[in-house]
Amino acid sequence: MKPALSIVFFTVASGAGYGLLFWLGLLLPAGLLPMAGWFGVAGVAVALGLISAGLLSSLAHLGRPERAWRALSQWRSSWLSREGVAALATFAPAGVFFLALLAGREGVAAPAGLLAAVGAAATVYCTGMIYASLKPIRQWHHPLVVPGYLLFGAFTGAVLLALLAAAFGLGAGPALLAALLGAAGLALKRAYWASVDAGPPIATVESATGLGFIGRVRPLDPPHTETNYLLREMAFRIARVHAARLRRIVLSAGFMLPALLLVAAALFGGGGALLLTWAAALLALGGMLVERWLMFAEATHTVTLYYRGGSV
Amino acid sequence: MTSLPEPQPGAKKLGLVIDLDTCVGCHACATNCKEWNTSGHMAPLPDHNPYSAGAEGVWFNRVHSYEAGEGEAGRTVHFPRSCLHCEQPACVTVCPTGASYKRAEDGIVLVNTDICIGCQLCAWACPYGAREFDEDAGVMKKCTLCIDRIYNETIPEAQRVPACVATCPAQARHFGDLGDPDSAVSKLVAERGGIALMPELGYAPVNRYLPPRRRAPAPDPGPPRDPGPLPSQIKNPLLRWVDKVLSR
Ligand code: SF4
Ligand code: SF4
Repeated sequence: MKPALSIVFFTVASGAGYGLLFWLGLLLPAGLLPMAGWFGVAGVAVALGLISAGLLSSLAHLGRPERAWRALSQWRSSWLSREGVAALATFAPAGVFFLALLAGREGVAAPAGLLAAVGAAATVYCTGMIYASLKPIRQWHHPLVVPGYLLFGAFTGAVLLALLAAAFGLGAGPALLAALLGAAGLALKRAYWASVDAGPPIATVESATGLGFIGRVRPLDPPHTETNYLLREMAFRIARVHAARLRRIVLSAGFMLPALLLVAAALFGGGGALLLTWAAALLALGGMLVERWLMFAEATHTVTLYYRGGSV
Repeated sequence: MTSLPEPQPGAKKLGLVIDLDTCVGCHACATNCKEWNTSGHMAPLPDHNPYSAGAEGVWFNRVHSYEAGEGEAGRTVHFPRSCLHCEQPACVTVCPTGASYKRAEDGIVLVNTDICIGCQLCAWACPYGAREFDEDAGVMKKCTLCIDRIYNETIPEAQRVPACVATCPAQARHFGDLGDPDSAVSKLVAERGGIALMPELGYAPVNRYLPPRRRAPAPDPGPPRDPGPLPSQIKNPLLRWVDKVLSR
């Protein structure tokens, strides 16, 4: 599948934003991080900024962005519609959370924060389901895809939380949380790749054409000599060596290094910790962009069977 | 509404039956489809660089050619590919706007281009590559089963079939109600063992493909004929002339 940059950026930015919102909405009311002061206000502002930037970027992928509001109507059947509804609905408690923190009204901030956390998790769940529900794409229609979206959002959000906590001198808890989630993310991504690499094909050119009873089927003449929408959108192919290299980058730069840097930051504390956490955050977000790009680049669609034969 | 209509017993399921035994791969169906639909229900079907290198555009029907099997048992098969008007079309249920819908009355899957936002999720959800994006209009387009022909009372009744069916010179395309077991198309499918494409994905296509008939093995030509002497091997010029005349 062609990695559309607008979607790659959208899912990474809003994933991190919802992750941050989730942790703030959970940990502030729980009293594990301070409600008073500018920490929470700054955190929610960053989260909402990332979410909004992501959602705006996703509009760039639409052929008719001015009609985007129509996407809210089919929540009964469509995960994309549900994502839109959840995203919009989450803005309400998140906005109240922000204003209540700003006004120092802790009694209002606590329930609003919890609601915002629920909304954040629900929205990212819907995002994951958009991909996981697509049967023609074996690498997406996989049980680890939704847990991946949730965990990676929680991880990048926690890294941003750690960065803010370091900036406000609030101790090492968030850094350790993020390091833990980074380790979990690494394990999940490895398990996912092992499973998709070993997974059986979902269809073959023989079943796609119904000609298997004659014997092996090979494409002879294509229907058109030039490219078309289907080939551009769904037949994107990445060389195996590049994929292997990018996978290593995701695992090391996206999960392992940030986790180690965060542990180091938690151990050392002080001004060095802020610097280490900055490095961890940049690496984690960069790694996540590569992860999301690969998620598209490595995905194969059944329509390619008609053009290239073989199996997917 | 992108929720699917409740399946009713005996409901109409309009669709195509494509005979892979007789299809000659002439692309007439694809061409007539383009011709009709570029001014039909989902008009226009854009073309970019139509008269130069890099020509491409939106087509609802694409004709592939395959080789199947090896040696004498091998076949060249021409294979038109278009929307199969599936009974479980995820292309419809993923649509966030209600632009994609499956008609309860005949099972045709359509796009309302007036409300489509061009998110293209439906194209990802179709296993068969039946949906193509109109980059000029920013909306999705697809086969309509020529809804503007089959119910069109302003054209002669004999022409009220999809454009691809009307034009096929090999009569390899048939149109009818596959929900009615007594229809001509259903009988054809039963008789020839018509198949659904990629049934393992669970989309339950309505269209059927009739597999190429098994060919009887070619008759044994026997041992090769003795070709006789080459002209240069005939010494006598008269006999050489006679051989040349008789060999013509
Ligand atoms: S062939 Fe594709 S576009 Fe047509 S109904 Fe089936 S899934 Fe939808
Ligand atoms: S591109 Fe249009 S028809 Fe397809 S899913 Fe999106 S809104 Fe629906």
